[in-house]
Amino acid sequence: MRRVIAAVAALAMLALTGAAPAPATAGKSNPAADLKAFQDYFKTSFPKVPFDDFVNGPYAVNKGMRAQWEQIMQFPPYDFELADGKKLFETKFANGKSYGDCFPDKGIGIAQTYPHFDAKTGQVVTLVDAINACRVTNGEAKLDVSKGPMAEIAAYMVSTSHGKRFDVTIPDDPRALAAYEAGKQFFYSRRGQLNFSCASCHVQSAGKRLRGDIIAPALGLVAAFPIYRDAWGNIGTLGRRFVECNAQVRAVAFKPDSTIYHDLEYFLTYMDNGLPVTGPGTRP
Amino acid sequence: MAHTIRVRAIANGDTVQVQSLIQHPMDSGFVKDSAGKLIPPHYIEVVTFAAGNKTVFTAFWGPAVSKDPYLKFSFKGAKKGDTLTISWVDNKGMHDSTTAPIM
Repeated sequence: MRRVIAAVAALAMLALTGAAPAPATAGKSNPAADLKAFQDYFKTSFPKVPFDDFVNGPYAVNKGMRAQWEQIMQFPPYDFELADGKKLFETKFANGKSYGDCFPDKGIGIAQTYPHFDAKTGQVVTLVDAINACRVTNGEAKLDVSKGPMAEIAAYMVSTSHGKRFDVTIPDDPRALAAYEAGKQFFYSRRGQLNFSCASCHVQSAGKRLRGDIIAPALGLVAAFPIYRDAWGNIGTLGRRFVECNAQVRAVAFKPDSTIYHDLEYFLTYMDNGLPVTGPGTRP
Repeated sequence: MAHTIRVRAIANGDTVQVQSLIQHPMDSGFVKDSAGKLIPPHYIEVVTFAAGNKTVFTAFWGPAVSKDPYLKFSFKGAKKGDTLTISWVDNKGMHDSTTAPIM
């Protein structure tokens, strides 16, 4: 009898996981196939949502929230911080150089390629990392990676990429693939006292209510970062949101600039490939 | 420094609809910082909107108004192309003003 129950339970598990975009079968990782399965899942789940609209998160899937958001966007709450970010970005360092000198195209319209894999160091480099690396090369102190000036500068750089489509590449390098796989595994792994994975909410319950909120679909989840979050009252980076998300499922969060969050950002942004960059955004 | 005020005034028929956003901490004086010290009160006391030389809207604000206040109102008696002047003064004597054309 017990064996039968176990078998039924196993079947039920299969049925549950079968509904979600299945993590690639064991063996060689295939990001391109994952990408297609991931995006197709959301296109089928939300047939009425135009593809490009997924970048608007909860506003794409809920009419009431969208109406409120459109009102809010008459005066985007991040407007002041975006202006500060532009000023900071253009301010020269003590050695006379500026942020623009660290990036291709003077840092304008390049955010859609981040995070990218640096073959030299074997690390995933996010936009936030690149900004801090730029500061270090020019003899300045690192900035806090979650909020404040860092979020403002990143917001400005992202805003110059508006309308360009995410173009994150995963080179055929075992280290890049390992980072991608680590991010993917993190996304689908349950954690915390509530035993939720990122996917439990953002894939299986996307568009449904979580108390008063609407859960944003995982597709387009990172397309609007950095975001002005009402709960924060200011602008913050993706790392800051990851920390908060992990704390909300009552897990011990990692540092906002930890390797695992970089990998997660790499995975999630790759999944948004083809969507337009819309950051900075605003979320409840 | 007209940096703290965002404004949009749109004429529609004989009414003008004004929306504005002002950047200000609006500290009530009752909130403590992370070290447990009271943050001293710092809030806007008067906001004035004038069309041409005529004041069309005055608000007396206090500590109960939110951070970065948003304000929306309509008035009659101005037309497209007129200039709207917005100014605020806070309890520390800081002030700012800006002008915007009615669109």
